[in-house]
Order: sequence, then structure tokens, then C-alpha cells
Amino acid sequence: MTIGAWVLLASVLLAAAYGGWRVLTDGRVRRAAPVAASVPGDEAQAAPSLLAGTAYADSLGDHRTLLQFSSAFCAPCRATRQVLARVTEAHPGVVHLDVDAEQHLDLVRRLGIMRTPTTLVLDGDGREVARAAGVPRADQVVAALA
Amino acid sequence: MSRDQLDPRGPQLNAVLTSVVLALVLLTAPAAAGVALLALQAALFATGVVLGVQRTPAAWLFRRFVRPRLAAPTHLEDPAPPRFAQGVGLAFALVGLVGYLSGLTVLGAVATGAALVAALLNAVFGLCLGCETYLLGKRLTTRDRAPAPVG
Repeated sequence: MTIGAWVLLASVLLAAAYGGWRVLTDGRVRRAAPVAASVPGDEAQAAPSLLAGTAYADSLGDHRTLLQFSSAFCAPCRATRQVLARVTEAHPGVVHLDVDAEQHLDLVRRLGIMRTPTTLVLDGDGREVARAAGVPRADQVVAALA
Repeated sequence: MSRDQLDPRGPQLNAVLTSVVLALVLLTAPAAAGVALLALQAALFATGVVLGVQRTPAAWLFRRFVRPRLAAPTHLEDPAPPRFAQGVGLAFALVGLVGYLSGLTVLGAVATGAALVAALLNAVFGLCLGCETYLLGKRLTTRDRAPAPVG
């Protein structure tokens, strides 16, 4: 086989493997590791709000915040917006924040956001409960509100 | 604004055609016909970047022959992401051309292969790999104001 034929084969296998992985994992809402609070009632000190020091520090929902990271070149960001808007409409105390990732790159780095859309579910104190990359599955977002 | 929205199956057809062309390039280059085909694909990428993805030959084929046979799209999309991705494809096609024309056949094949992976992901799975590299590119090329904590 020529070099080109090998590269063609490798490209097809790579695309199939990555695409298959994305089909399986896209939009899956994964729980964050629970925050260890050694002293009861001391949670806020153990893990400060992820949004502390940002323009969104005072925008947290009472119960949950759906923190969406979007960018200019992102087709699924719009569908994500619609899913999260429907969830916030149906659940009082839940707020949807849509953040332009490009404008908040330090936050993006700190939170390990690799692509858009990525959605973080934050609790009332701004700590991560769960996150999803890709258009989040609505039922799993709702499950993360409990 | 809604007039500028895009049936996402248009760019997907474009990705199918791009995949076929790039596969043929890999099977024939560095012979002259293969390199010419890659130059043609680069020109097609450039059309999408300069005129927008709704004014490419593939978009015309889609409107003329494919869309009339399909049901209405379930959703419309913003044309900016696929246009950006055509730019990423153009960059890889140009690197591939430089490789093949300068005798660096491996460089030519690998760059063409990278563009092919992105085209296949779009054609088969509807993913826009070029779009997803946008944020990564921003992360890598913009300095952080404070050192990021590990973990």
C-alpha cells in the first residue's frame, strides 16, 4: 500500500472511533466528585463558588445554576440554549447563565472547558454538581437538579 | 436574521463530497491528477470562506437536487460555524499542497488526512471538528492573566 492509502485507512478508522465515542458520550451529564467538607457547615470555606471574582458572582440561582459556555463558531450552542431554557422555565430557583467562552478564557481554563457547548450544573453556593459537554440531555439535567 | 439560517444538511452534503475528493487525493497524489484534485478542493474551501457556505457549488447542488427530495429540516443553524470550518479545511489543504509540490509526500498525505477526518466526522456524524478547535486555539494562543491551578 502507498503512504496515501495508509493515511486514508487511518483517517477512516480515526473518524469512526472518535465519532462513535462522541455519539455515546455527547450530552451525557456526569456528576462531579462530591466536595469533601471535613467540618459540617464549613462547606462554603472548603469550596468557594466557582464564579467568585467573576462578573457572574451575584447571578447564582437559589437552588441551581446552569452555566453554559458558548462560542461564536458553535452550531449546537443554540440547541443547548433551548434545552436549558426549557429546564429553567419548569424549575423555580434554577437560573441559566450563557457565558461567551472567548470572553472568559481564565474561567474556561480554570474549569477545564475544552469545547463548546459545555454546561456546568452549580449548586446554590456555586459549586459544581455535574457537567455535560455537547447538547445536554434534558432528563439528565433535571436529575442533576435534585 | 432568520433568512440567513442554514439547513444543516447542506454543509453535510458538502462534507460528503469533500470526503470523496480527499480520499481520491490520498489514493492518487503525488501524481499530477491527485495534486490537481487537492488544488480544486482548496479552491472549493476558499469559496466557502469568501462567499459563505450558502454560495458554494455544493450548496447549489443541495438546493437544486437534494433539498427538494427531503422533508423540511428539523432545525436551522447559523452559517458562521461551517464557514469557519471551511477555513480550517483550506489551511490543511494548502499545507497538503505545499507538501506534495515540494516532494514531502508524507506531509502532503498527513495534512490531507487531517482534513479528511474532519470532513468524515461532519458527513457521518454531523460534527464540526474545525469549530471545536476554535476554543482550543483561543486557549492556546491567549495568555492567562494568572497561573491556572492544577486540577
